[in-house]
Amino acid sequence: MFETITQSLGKAFTAFRGTGKITESNIHEGMRQVRQALLEADVAYDVTQDFVKRVTAQAIGEKVLKSLRPEEQVVGIVHQELINLMGPVDHSLAIKRDGISVIMMCGLQGSGKTTTCGKLAKRLKEAGHSPMLVAADLQRPAAIEQLKIIGQQIGCPVYAEDPASSNPVQVCRNGVKEAKKLGARVVILDTAGRLHVDSALMSELQQIDNSVSPDQALLVCDAMTGQDAVNSAKAFNDALELDGVILTKLDGDTRGGAALSVKAVTGVPIKFIGVGEQLDRLEDFHPDRMAGRILGMGDIVSLFEKAQQEFDEDEMLLQQQKMQQGKFSLDDFRKQMRQIKKLGSMRDIMKMIPGMGNLLNAMGDLNPEDDMRRIEGIINSMTPDERTNPDRIDRSRRNRIARGSGVQPADVNKLLKDFSNMSRLMQDMSNLGVKDRVNAVRQLASGGFMNPGADVNPRAVRVQRPPENRDDLKDKKKKQRKDAKKQKKRNRKK
Amino acid sequence: MGLFDKLKRGLEKTKQILRTDVRDLFRAGEILDERVLQDFEGRLIRTDMGVAAANRIMTRLRAEHGGRTVDVNAIWKTVRDELVDLLTGSNNSLWDLNNPLSPLAKAESGPTTILVAGVNGAGKTTSIAKIANLLQKNGNKVVLAAGDTFRAAAVEQLTMWSQRLGCEIVRKESGSDPAAVAYEGCQRAVQTNADYVIIDTAGRLQTQKNLMDELDKVRRVIQKVIPAAPHESLLVLDATTGQNGLSQAQSFTKAVKCTGLVLAKLDGTARGGVVVAIRQEIGIPVKYIGVGEQIDDLELFDPKGFVDALFEK
Repeated sequence: MFETITQSLGKAFTAFRGTGKITESNIHEGMRQVRQALLEADVAYDVTQDFVKRVTAQAIGEKVLKSLRPEEQVVGIVHQELINLMGPVDHSLAIKRDGISVIMMCGLQGSGKTTTCGKLAKRLKEAGHSPMLVAADLQRPAAIEQLKIIGQQIGCPVYAEDPASSNPVQVCRNGVKEAKKLGARVVILDTAGRLHVDSALMSELQQIDNSVSPDQALLVCDAMTGQDAVNSAKAFNDALELDGVILTKLDGDTRGGAALSVKAVTGVPIKFIGVGEQLDRLEDFHPDRMAGRILGMGDIVSLFEKAQQEFDEDEMLLQQQKMQQGKFSLDDFRKQMRQIKKLGSMRDIMKMIPGMGNLLNAMGDLNPEDDMRRIEGIINSMTPDERTNPDRIDRSRRNRIARGSGVQPADVNKLLKDFSNMSRLMQDMSNLGVKDRVNAVRQLASGGFMNPGADVNPRAVRVQRPPENRDDLKDKKKKQRKDAKKQKKRNRKK
Repeated sequence: MGLFDKLKRGLEKTKQILRTDVRDLFRAGEILDERVLQDFEGRLIRTDMGVAAANRIMTRLRAEHGGRTVDVNAIWKTVRDELVDLLTGSNNSLWDLNNPLSPLAKAESGPTTILVAGVNGAGKTTSIAKIANLLQKNGNKVVLAAGDTFRAAAVEQLTMWSQRLGCEIVRKESGSDPAAVAYEGCQRAVQTNADYVIIDTAGRLQTQKNLMDELDKVRRVIQKVIPAAPHESLLVLDATTGQNGLSQAQSFTKAVKCTGLVLAKLDGTARGGVVVAIRQEIGIPVKYIGVGEQIDDLELFDPKGFVDALFEK
């Protein structure tokens, strides 16, 4: 299920290697794989069928470039077509220069409207606007309280009325009036979750639309939604003429095919994605990254961006220099580990690196976080002197460190060994060019990763002989000895 | 007929999709060819049951009916049997349909604990209220533990339900340890001789390792009060969820050993077909389905009824 599409395509195309051209006959099996990948990513059935048809037509007749294998080329075409379908993006929110802009949020129950309202308000506030939240969800118990707490957290006013004596249309109308009084410039309406087949509630939404005429109507859609995403998106779009979609809960492992379905059926651009429960976890939508995700191809760009955000650049430079000079100490190692931790869990990070996804399965129950914590503990138990000169650690020091960090002395030993291997690796790596570096990482991923003995530079690999029979081997050795004896004899005669 | 009607109403749209197409698709007397079968596969996949389950049905359909003249009833029987088969699973866990509490395990003595988990926005709190209501209506005393200490106003939401239901609730301030709330909930249940204690948890995505560990901790901690707890750990699944439901079921089972699913929000056009895939691959049965926003809108899941409602004429 989590197999990347490139891999399954690879299998499908092995039979056709070297044909030079993608033809109707040899693409069939490949396209079946594409279709299955899309369906497993929850792309709507009809959208998938259309998509596969279009890509097939586009791919047929294309020459297989010499530099690429056919599966990579097909994935390239599929990837590009996905990007075309989900783009172009539009991250604007149509905030008016003067007057009050109204943003209305709608969606099914539990899609994440209230949280997203908070995220949006926070984003607007940080951009220098003065947002106000209006609690128009009078249905769910404690929805108003939830919005109030969120408003408090981001320091933004919340307008609410007593649900017993009011109705959503009235709340919205009064909310906009209140915003004028308070001087708020953007009003975000948090409407109740509703099913798109509930005609009473859908017409209520239209009433709100008519009475306050929002500048933006945004649909909040759960990224985990399956085939039904098209139906609900279409119904909401028919009722309201949506201006954009916000896709939520993308921090899970869903492939998010709903993004493609919604865009394909409604034509409404996806503006933002929600990637966490905290209120700052709202990101711009990027079709290229989403396309990679649907195909299970990893998202290295996001990882780089995240790393740039979190890492201290000067510190990185300093460490890189140290590495090049071979002066990388355990102290630096600890610093680096802490920086990596900031990026999120190891699993999340690995998921974003193409080709590393498979490793996740291989890892199984292994928990890198625990290991990292243990390693940090061991380093913490060393003296500063020991951290810079790990060679100084003898048996008694090792025992002390082990006691201090609650591990076995063998664990300390292992860390030291791994560290010396790693710093050699790093030194090698920092001397390589960008391209070689990428290759090195690939190699690590394919076998050397988490194997301290791994080497970055490709070593001359000894030709592997087929396993020999033990008796044969004995005879062979015997014969060699005999030959050598004969040779010696001959030499003596001469 | 109340139960059946509601189920039917909930699945009205699904039925429409499957059935209207069926009339167009399979015409008696015609030859069942690949084009028709492909079309039908599309209908199956639209229910979210997943490629694997759809393939299984299609394989059987191809083997038994492919290339022959269409006999609508026979085709129906095949599809229906296969689906019921997929949903009942190997251990044939059918329960007494006249007793709405029969899917729930009961503690031999003392309070029965029910742990409820799920991803964000699946409908946990509402489902808990509905289950509590069901239990109370059958003469049980229920204690709720408001273990969602993370989401803003989640505790208030459950408190409002407890007031409406008139059952006891154990709560702590927002941000406190959910395991502590669960622990106290179990203690209270033991003290007050309650029959059931239902533990709410915060919604969490199954990929968040530390949050899943937290769930495991809740499970371990309540075992200190009631050794056999939790007697039931239910995973609430949104019926609109697609193939990610599989991953959810897998991860939650790992953390809290799910004993059953509650399929919420089955009153829309969503088909919840992913439960077929979950049953097929992980083996967790669906125990209840949520078919509306009212407190009584919780029904016992009946695989035969579920499939019948899909194909009912």
